Amino acid sequence: MVDLREESTSSLPPAKIGLGVFLAVVGSLFALFISAYSMRMNLVDWRTLPVPALLWFNTGVLVLSSVALQWAYIAARRDDIQGISVGLCAGGASAVIFLVGQLLAWRQLSGAGYFLASNPANSFFYLITAVHGLHLMGGLVALGRTTAKVLRGAEASQIRLSVELCTIYWHFLLLVWLVLLGLLTGWTDNFVDICRQLLS
Amino acid sequence: MVDVPFDTVAGVPPAEVGEVELYHPRSWWTRYVFSQDAKVIAIQYSITAMSIGMVALVLSWLMRLQLGFPGTFSFIDPNQYLQFITMHGMIMVIYLLTALFLGGFGNYLIPLMVGARDMVFPYVNMLSYWVYLLAVVVLASTFFVPGGPTGAGWTLYPPQAILSGTPGQDWGIILMLASLILFIIGFTMGGLNYVVTVLQARTRGMTLMRLPLTVWGIFTATVMALLAFPALFVASVMLLLDRLLGTSFFMPTLVEMGTLTKYGGGSPILFQHLFWFFGHPEVYIVALPAFGIISDLISVHARKNIFGYRMMVWAIVAIGALSFVVWAHHMYVSGMHPYFGFFFATTTLIIAVPTAIKVYNWVLTLWRGDIHLTIPMLFALAFIITFVNGGLTGLFLGNVVVDVPLSDTMFVVAHFHMVMGIAPIMAVFGGIYHWYPKVTGRMLNEALGQFHFWVSFLGAYAIFFPMHYLGLLGMPRRYHDIGETAFVPASAHDLNAFMSVAALIVGFAQLVFLFNLIWSLFKGKEAGGNPWGAASLEWQTPETPPGHGNWGKELPIVYRWAYDYSVPGIAGDFVPQNDPPAGLSAQGAHP
Repeated sequence: MVDLREESTSSLPPAKIGLGVFLAVVGSLFALFISAYSMRMNLVDWRTLPVPALLWFNTGVLVLSSVALQWAYIAARRDDIQGISVGLCAGGASAVIFLVGQLLAWRQLSGAGYFLASNPANSFFYLITAVHGLHLMGGLVALGRTTAKVLRGAEASQIRLSVELCTIYWHFLLLVWLVLLGLLTGWTDNFVDICRQLLS
Repeated sequence: MVDVPFDTVAGVPPAEVGEVELYHPRSWWTRYVFSQDAKVIAIQYSITAMSIGMVALVLSWLMRLQLGFPGTFSFIDPNQYLQFITMHGMIMVIYLLTALFLGGFGNYLIPLMVGARDMVFPYVNMLSYWVYLLAVVVLASTFFVPGGPTGAGWTLYPPQAILSGTPGQDWGIILMLASLILFIIGFTMGGLNYVVTVLQARTRGMTLMRLPLTVWGIFTATVMALLAFPALFVASVMLLLDRLLGTSFFMPTLVEMGTLTKYGGGSPILFQHLFWFFGHPEVYIVALPAFGIISDLISVHARKNIFGYRMMVWAIVAIGALSFVVWAHHMYVSGMHPYFGFFFATTTLIIAVPTAIKVYNWVLTLWRGDIHLTIPMLFALAFIITFVNGGLTGLFLGNVVVDVPLSDTMFVVAHFHMVMGIAPIMAVFGGIYHWYPKVTGRMLNEALGQFHFWVSFLGAYAIFFPMHYLGLLGMPRRYHDIGETAFVPASAHDLNAFMSVAALIVGFAQLVFLFNLIWSLFKGKEAGGNPWGAASLEWQTPETPPGHGNWGKELPIVYRWAYDYSVPGIAGDFVPQNDPPAGLSAQGAHP
């Protein structure tokens, strides 16, 4: 009758579980955008827009940003405060470059006459890149706070968790971006078609 | 899973308490206004939700006045009627029920029931409330902007939601969508707290399978809401862009007032899919916490353990999972493929299985129990009856061939009011009468409570039972004035007048309830720590109302489930969850 075993709550820190739950919410958000995209692209007025070459550069920068944060994370595990601060600054700077690159890609598109409201493909392009960018900006706030702590002279052990959480979030957003890029460039069209045929 | 070494003499070592981790308010402002204490946030959520809920109640009065006595009230024109419908529905479903169950009950009960000092992210929890308040303010402001609130119906279907001809096309719809987006952001902050607190902040011995069912209900509903609200978020953002920037996510090519609009090619059905992918889970987001609360009320007030606890937990989880694959049963008349409808009819009917399991288990809990007809128990019984009622008409509407003729009639209105209006509200009232003594230290007045219960319960049936009949006659919903129509006999108009009078009386009874809430705060009978003799952890706090940090110096240790009532061979008729087993005194727990 009386069971005194303690089923312990898992030993992970609450913030990490919280981030996991949050990523599930964000994942659900993007999954729904992608479903809406794949349903809408099937209608007759859809005109796929040319993908600016700049997006490839941006993707490379975002990969670098993730690599830099991974660097910071590894440094944090080795208590190497110097490595952490280099990794965080490089990661933050490249994320900012990515965002600027996205804005330039927008300008190129609108300069070429692909406005937000002129075709649903354009609307989705602007909307999805904007939502992804906003999530990255939210991440930059967290990254900025962590970096500020490092610059104010925090110990590696005090910020290890923050660095780890930022790194997880960055990798997640990179993954989301790669999926979105596949969608926006039309790579995944065949896959989307298969899914749609399964459903209808 | 870590086995704690258990020594019958020494017992379980006490939990380490991180006192420094707890947030401490320093001033009146941070204690009562910008508080990070989940209990204060819960009360803030509840008061805000009930206040905006009163607005929705008044709107329902106005609608009933128009329906019962058409032509008498010249100040209700067709546009306003549509605005009243929209705001009533939206407020009741999202800003009242969702916020009250998760933000109100969730915030108050989760930390106390799992034996935690507070939510795991108190600051985010505070932000959650303030963003919710902002959403409510934005929503309420639509009553005062030019053009008034949107009249698109709570489903906000495009294209009509953003075209001229629908009231509130200027500001109403924009602010409504903005308010929904804010609500979702605020809810996500709160929801992260509820989930992580249940997963990570349970006290020692509080295994998942020892959680009270209230926590299971709120937990599962929160997980569902976190996954379902993004669909509403996506739909709202895209509809907002269609309205503001002229995109055509949802807007088809159409002519408005004789001129071709700038829209073209969009799919209104896409909106419906997104909306109902949120909208159906939403039904269970308000039903599952109600299920949990009712399970606890029945067990406590019938002095009997809940029948089939594990089955109850799995039924909650199964309902939560299934509710994500039934959304298109709201769209049978949208012109979908018949096989698609067949699939969704099947999944819809399958949900009846876990739901019926729950109802049987409630009834079996009552079976040969020592039933005390306290006010919470009365409301719990009313919930079961009402939910069964609404569930049965749900079986009608879940079938495509039955739904098609009944769609857009008063039958649908009667169905969803029974199942997700009256039933969850009964659970809310039951929960408030049950936990008010813990929140305030005083009992609610019994006589006023009896009055409130009987008028609300019988009155709700006087309103909604006849409404099924009107629906079967073919009376359409959302009509300002039915006029002289061949298929609607004169008796139906009399019935409408009767229902309207009942609605006014039921509304009045809620004012009595509000009076009781305030009066009892000062004049109510002293409750003591555990007036109902309940076993779950929230009744075992050292102080009532629970102090900051909930548990005094040491966190409680849990040795058993929350339903040890009338255990054979034990002197008292209940055993608290933190009561050590025989041969192990409480002191022995920390040598």
